[in-house]
Amino acid sequence: MSFKLVTLVVIVLGAVAIAQLVRLYEHSSKLRNRREEDIPNRDNKLNANMMLTFMILLFGGFIWLMSTYGFTGRGEAASEHGKTYDWLLDVNFLLIVIVFFITNFLLFFFSFKYVRKPGVKAYFYPHNNKLELIWTVVPAIVLAFIIILGLKTWNNITSDANKEAIRVELFSEQFKWTARYAGNDNKLGYFDYKLTTDKNQLALLTTATLDSAIRIMEVGSHDGTILGIKLLEEKLNNPKNIFIPKDRVKMEADLDRKTRLLRLLYQMKYRHNSNVDARAYDDVIEADTLHLMKNQDYEFNFRAKDVIHSAYFPHFRAQINAVPGLTTRFKFKPTISTSEMKQKMNNPDFNFVLMCNKICGGAHYKMKMIVVVDSPSSYKKWFKTKKTFKDEFLAVSAPAPAAEATADTLVVAVN
Amino acid sequence: MAALAHEAHGHHDAHSHDHHEEGFVSKYIFSQDHKMIGKQFLMTAVFMGVVAMLLSILFRIQLAWPGESSDFLSMFLGETWAPGGVLKENMYLGLVTIHGTIMVFFLLTGGLSGTFSNMLIPLQLGARDMASGFLNMLSYWMFFLSSVIMLSSLFIETGPAMAGWTIYPPLSALPQAIEGSGLGMTLWLFSMTIFIASSLIGSLNYIVTVLNLRTKGMTMTRMPLTIWAFFVTAVLGVLSFPVLLSAALLLMMDRLAGTSFYLSDIIVNGEMLENHGGSPLLYQHLFWFLGHPEVYIVLLPALGLSSEIISTNSRKPIFGYRAMIGSILAIGFLSFIVWGHHMFVTGMNPFLGSVFVFTTLLIAIPSAVKVFNYITTLWRGSLVLTPAMLFAIGLVSTFITGGVTGIILADSALDIAIHDTYFVVAHFHVVMGMSAVFGMFAGVYHWFPKMYGKMMNTRLGYVHFWITIIGAYGVFFPMHFVGLAGAPRRYYDYSVYNEFDKPAADMMMDLNVIITIFAIVAALGQLVFLFNFFYSIFRGPKAVQNPWRSNTLEWTTPVEHIHGNWPGALPVVHRWPYDYSKPGAEEDFISQIVPLAEGEEEH
Ligand code: HEM
Ligand SMILES: [Cu+2]
Ligand SMILES: [Cu+2]
Repeated sequence: MSFKLVTLVVIVLGAVAIAQLVRLYEHSSKLRNRREEDIPNRDNKLNANMMLTFMILLFGGFIWLMSTYGFTGRGEAASEHGKTYDWLLDVNFLLIVIVFFITNFLLFFFSFKYVRKPGVKAYFYPHNNKLELIWTVVPAIVLAFIIILGLKTWNNITSDANKEAIRVELFSEQFKWTARYAGNDNKLGYFDYKLTTDKNQLALLTTATLDSAIRIMEVGSHDGTILGIKLLEEKLNNPKNIFIPKDRVKMEADLDRKTRLLRLLYQMKYRHNSNVDARAYDDVIEADTLHLMKNQDYEFNFRAKDVIHSAYFPHFRAQINAVPGLTTRFKFKPTISTSEMKQKMNNPDFNFVLMCNKICGGAHYKMKMIVVVDSPSSYKKWFKTKKTFKDEFLAVSAPAPAAEATADTLVVAVN
Repeated sequence: MAALAHEAHGHHDAHSHDHHEEGFVSKYIFSQDHKMIGKQFLMTAVFMGVVAMLLSILFRIQLAWPGESSDFLSMFLGETWAPGGVLKENMYLGLVTIHGTIMVFFLLTGGLSGTFSNMLIPLQLGARDMASGFLNMLSYWMFFLSSVIMLSSLFIETGPAMAGWTIYPPLSALPQAIEGSGLGMTLWLFSMTIFIASSLIGSLNYIVTVLNLRTKGMTMTRMPLTIWAFFVTAVLGVLSFPVLLSAALLLMMDRLAGTSFYLSDIIVNGEMLENHGGSPLLYQHLFWFLGHPEVYIVLLPALGLSSEIISTNSRKPIFGYRAMIGSILAIGFLSFIVWGHHMFVTGMNPFLGSVFVFTTLLIAIPSAVKVFNYITTLWRGSLVLTPAMLFAIGLVSTFITGGVTGIILADSALDIAIHDTYFVVAHFHVVMGMSAVFGMFAGVYHWFPKMYGKMMNTRLGYVHFWITIIGAYGVFFPMHFVGLAGAPRRYYDYSVYNEFDKPAADMMMDLNVIITIFAIVAALGQLVFLFNFFYSIFRGPKAVQNPWRSNTLEWTTPVEHIHGNWPGALPVVHRWPYDYSKPGAEEDFISQIVPLAEGEEEH
């Protein structure tokens, strides 16, 4: 409250003070018979000098920023294409910095030098075709050079990954990343979002996941928080139950939606070929950290569950959006391990990171995953400790003897 | 012929005017006079601009001092959105979204184009008014209505739209994903729909006026560059805004009617949606098909205004008049085939990306030509550094600075690692937040005498300019480096970097503090402008007819506004508008209405 009052008082007093100053100034202008549009030579000169001063300030500021902050930031590129990327960025930067300095210099210098002087008339110079041709053609040549270099790099970066590249899926949702490695066959299992359940967060497609998704849709979750179709129908049809109209409409809509989704699930089941189960079963899911091998090619596949996210690896100079309903890809090869990078950055706490770089909700800024690049041997050691999807999924499902009971043990993410 | 027809109509106007006095309502509120409508646009835009600037200060405080309690925040946002003086995450995004929307559409599209196209097209062409005064009035009132709706969204319980000014679905389509995508987004879409209608009506009016109502002798190649810029801007608007409207309508249908234009295979907040087969990328294509022309809709009028101002105050013809027209047309055309440069890393086909690299870099050529022409205009001039002239020079400087970073971004390979970082934020603020805004300020200072019949205070203008350029460069220059260090945009708190790279976090926090301080200084500098503006409207010294000794037709009208602009017959044009310091002439300017002297060549 007091803060508001103080602010208000300061603003009012400030306005009054300026008003008084202006009145004073106007009186003196009137006395000297000076009109507002007549810019006195003194003012003109002062502003001209300011132009030059400002230019020096601007250039000085740029050089200071460049030398203080220009080379910190992301550090050396930690991927193969990243090195080319940095080189290309440097070339382009050099070019634009030269243009920036020259043109800004001319602009401010002319503004300083050609300020009105008594007795000097401006030079009538409406056009010069030769000059104009030069400054159309020269930029065109420079740009052609930039385009050729840029597209060469772009084509390399975006071409398909080779067969040896390890396939990894990065699954994004508000506000976390999950990695899925394509097991021994180096093939990622198929998926369909309708198969998402609590125990199958990535919606992988196998005979068992299909059955369990169908069961949950039909009979609901075991703790009763999520109603299956059967229970919903029973509730709605029981004349003893009296609902508020709003709730009833909601439940009916829910029932309709689930019935339609169930039909789609059955369609999927009839078309399903159990031969593809193996593709998914050997996949390895890891939600905490992304582990990579040094000097190994990777092809990353990106998926989004809810809204668009963007997979941004600043240190590997890599980025691509993850889009619901679409799989996107990006390939790269890490060339510096985490421990090497810690040394290069002179920071024992440094880590590579995967960040979300597309606005995706309130906690967007927290959506990230630490990336660890290891030597092949320690990577393989780590990988051996991981359970496959088959082990994980069947471990929860297996103890139940009958199909009905299995469904009960599954807690559903979907309501 | 058209000009003649209008001449007759104009006479009629001038006559009928002597007979009846306008009432207050038809003069100040539902006015159909282009000068009053221009001023109405300006006032509304100034108000919207102040609001949007205030919003930016609010979120800049959070960025510089994340998580610290601020009296300033709680004063404006209260307990709902800043409990204990700490900004809420969602509201941070809400502020950013509304700030961007207002600045781009309401200040720089509605405000810049609306004010100066209305004010100057009839005056500089020698027309009595716009082709349709009624549609013109309608355009303003729709703009006003859309402004009110947009502002009202700040005050609702679930907050304003929060998906960024580009409102990409699915985030903007799903209230389950963020609260601002509920009523706030609905209001955003309604407001923008009305805004688009307003802009379309306005643009059609500008186009028709430029094509049909030029006075005798005012050929297309004798039009001031301002008019060329407004004309091409209007054409861009007419061709691209309808596409934004379709994008918005499809989004509305996805939100309200359960269609799946942009939605596919989504589970949000635990709810499995049925939508299948839509594409979020479709929205982005539609949005940027407007979005890129839009940035030139914002910039071209500013370039047009500054062409006029630089020429007048250098006391020299604008260098390469025809090349300037050519560049405006080239920029206008090319701006329709570059939109994909906003989508290099969205998963769009990489080959398509290459095509957009090519077209985008082409657009740099006409831009470069314009810059060189401005600089050559200054060369060997006799510069009068009025506040308007200072802002126009500032515009050229920032157009260079922002243009060259555009070249980096246009290189798809380089865009990979800087897309959606602060480098992009820096780039477009230097061209929009500085160049376009400087153009607007330059225009206000230069044409204030024409608008209000008063002079603004020059010295306060100087203070305003120097605070603004130093402040704004101080804000946006460091942002490039934050971006190069890899800082994503639209993050609520950069101290998350502490978890994996403390030195980078320190650097970002340092720069963020510097940026915020400059932002506050620059914002305070605007108070000088606001004071000068309103004070001068009421108490400024009276203006003379042609204070800047300028050639264009608006300075041949009387200082007092009259309906129909010229008291007698319409002026007849005999020459181009840039005969400054012509050898052999007595004065250093020759108005467009002065016939060629014997033996004088046109230029
Ligand atoms: C030489 C001229 C220019 C080139 C080559 C250029 C290039 C680009 C590119 C490639 C991007 C996309 C960057 C990204 O998202 O990663 C971009 C963004 C942008 N540019 Fe430019 N630009 C130029 C001039 C301008 C001008 C004159 C304006 C406005 C007056 C402007 C406004 C913007 C805006 C608003 C965005 C970002 C929109 C967003 O993502 O929110 N640019 N520019
Ligand atoms: Cu995200
Ligand atoms: Cu663009």
